[in-house]
Amino acid sequence: MRKISVLAGACALALVVAGCGSSGDNGTTTTAGGEFEVPDLPMLDSLGENEGEVSILAWPYYAEDGTADPAADWVTPFEKATGCEASVKYFQTSDEAVTLFKTGEYDVVSASGDASLRLIASGDVEPVNTDLVESYADIYPFLKDREWNSIDGQMYGVPHGYGANVLMWRTDIVKPAPTSWSAVFEPDSPHAGKITAYDNAIYIADAALYLMNTQPDLGIKHPYALDEEQLQAAIDVLKTQKEMVSEYWSDYLKEEQAFTTGDTVIGTTWQGIANFLKGEKVKVESILPEEGSTGWSDTWMVGANSESKNCAYAWMDHIASAEVNAQVAEYYGESPANSKACDEITDPTFCESYHAGDEAYADQIWYWTTPIEKCLDGRTDVKCTDYSRWTQAWTEVKG
Amino acid sequence: MSAILHRRPGLRLGLLLTPPMLWLGVAYLGALGALFITSLWGQNSFTGEIERSWTLDNFRDLFQLEVYRTITFRTLGIAALVTIVDAAVAFPIALYMAKVASPRVQRLLVIAVLMPLWASYLVKAFAWRGMLSEGGLVAWLAVPFGLDSPGYGLTATIITLAYLWLPYMIIPIFAGLERLPDSLLEASSDLGARSGHTMRHVVLPLAFPALVAGSIFTFSLSMGDYIAVRIVGGTNQMLGNVVYDNVGAANNLPFAAAVATIPVVVMLFYLAAVRRTGALDNL
Repeated sequence: MRKISVLAGACALALVVAGCGSSGDNGTTTTAGGEFEVPDLPMLDSLGENEGEVSILAWPYYAEDGTADPAADWVTPFEKATGCEASVKYFQTSDEAVTLFKTGEYDVVSASGDASLRLIASGDVEPVNTDLVESYADIYPFLKDREWNSIDGQMYGVPHGYGANVLMWRTDIVKPAPTSWSAVFEPDSPHAGKITAYDNAIYIADAALYLMNTQPDLGIKHPYALDEEQLQAAIDVLKTQKEMVSEYWSDYLKEEQAFTTGDTVIGTTWQGIANFLKGEKVKVESILPEEGSTGWSDTWMVGANSESKNCAYAWMDHIASAEVNAQVAEYYGESPANSKACDEITDPTFCESYHAGDEAYADQIWYWTTPIEKCLDGRTDVKCTDYSRWTQAWTEVKG
Repeated sequence: MSAILHRRPGLRLGLLLTPPMLWLGVAYLGALGALFITSLWGQNSFTGEIERSWTLDNFRDLFQLEVYRTITFRTLGIAALVTIVDAAVAFPIALYMAKVASPRVQRLLVIAVLMPLWASYLVKAFAWRGMLSEGGLVAWLAVPFGLDSPGYGLTATIITLAYLWLPYMIIPIFAGLERLPDSLLEASSDLGARSGHTMRHVVLPLAFPALVAGSIFTFSLSMGDYIAVRIVGGTNQMLGNVVYDNVGAANNLPFAAAVATIPVVVMLFYLAAVRRTGALDNL
């Protein structure tokens, strides 16, 4: 036994030394020119009989079955209507969604723009035959055929809804009320040590958006298209911010608790979390800051290797239908994707406050999308930083 | 059948030992081997698919980027401090249990020490999150003394981990001290040594291997931990978090495997050093 462990130790050492000594070009592999190849996968021609079960991978609150809040239940009616028994798994970040979906255990996923293209490129999701999804006809036209949910005019999913990442603060502690993201990025904040930020590489875009407004000299035109110099500037902003951060959140339950106890008093959040906390009588308020925000536009996608595709289509049809889309949108706090959903929402001011269907407003949100080497803002004279560089940068920021 | 087995002791032994040896060889060492091999592969940065071509890039990144050095040293520091705190707390408790307490009290204390192991790790970690939070129990106790809760961060992580692994330190020391004959203590005092002197020159040297045995548990468990630091660690990350983020978030299995070799290498050195103290005989 001892000999084996000594051998293993020697092996490990040899690896280490070799690792130190080797040299070569930079290790990241990218597809040619920053473009990516899309596997040619067939889509469903017609619907068959429902398989009896469907496994749903979703953002928190997207597939509520009434256990957390009896008022929020759109899974049970789906099960009753279709005979598809649904098992739901929530994920916390887009990266987690991609990883979990790759296991092949899920039939349908609510993918944000920073996950959808990766799933398409890896062949994990297949094109969606929108003719088979009845609700699709009522989806806002400006959500169809976008760069994050379609390839060459072929849809890869059914839009679910969209919204902005908002700034939340404790009204009893943070005074006066903040109006800009500078409240979380400016050094020497009076709330240093009680600021929170989203624990994911995509949060770099929030810093880039802040720089777009405060340092125009950097020439950032698109927060997901950063060359090395611009990325470095964003990293510096985040490193300054880190000194004032109490903790990063990706687990929404952790953020809810931190705001309740007051360990965190200001930071980025989802509208759904703010709504939940207000319901719990925690003194919080949330706004879309004046410089706009990053945000998401989600799409339901079907797994290429799914064995419950009929149930998956049934789920997409159900969740995108006016009535259910309205329920989810209102519960979560985002704009619905279905143009008729606003007629179903109980709060008459809801659609107005979320600017549902307002294309001009929707264009002001910088939707999460995967940074790739080919600059998304159209620049061709420089190479932009890709997502693996962002992941590495995020580890660097956290230190 | 039984007759054959009776006549051939070699076959008997072989049948008896094959399943556990397979388990050790295939499931355990095999997994470690797979880990090393994976760490030599690359990854497509966009789709996250593993590319099975040999490369040392993962190890180069690991050694060239300063952030991973920082995280490694932070993890080692946390593990060392947790071990020291646990040793300091566990030694008096174990000494009392082994040498002072009556057999009845001793049994009760053993149960009391092992009791926290019955509760879920997460429950205990979240309990510490609650206690260390703003206006929580720790703050409430500390404020009268003009102090405050340390808040979430390294201190909180060390406190939580030290609490979680304390039983793993107490039990080996207790076992070691129980084997220490009372006659040695009596002889020491007969020869005129005060209790402090006896402690330093008789008990500690004899209990040292047991202490080291306990430290293997606390050190290795702390090295690999990534949950407590997520719950109470504030913005800090440890090696385990880097592995977790690369598996769960970035889906970069090869790099995760490369990071995971660090604790393995550290523990191999640690065990090699420990073997010289004879502590492995105490496990």
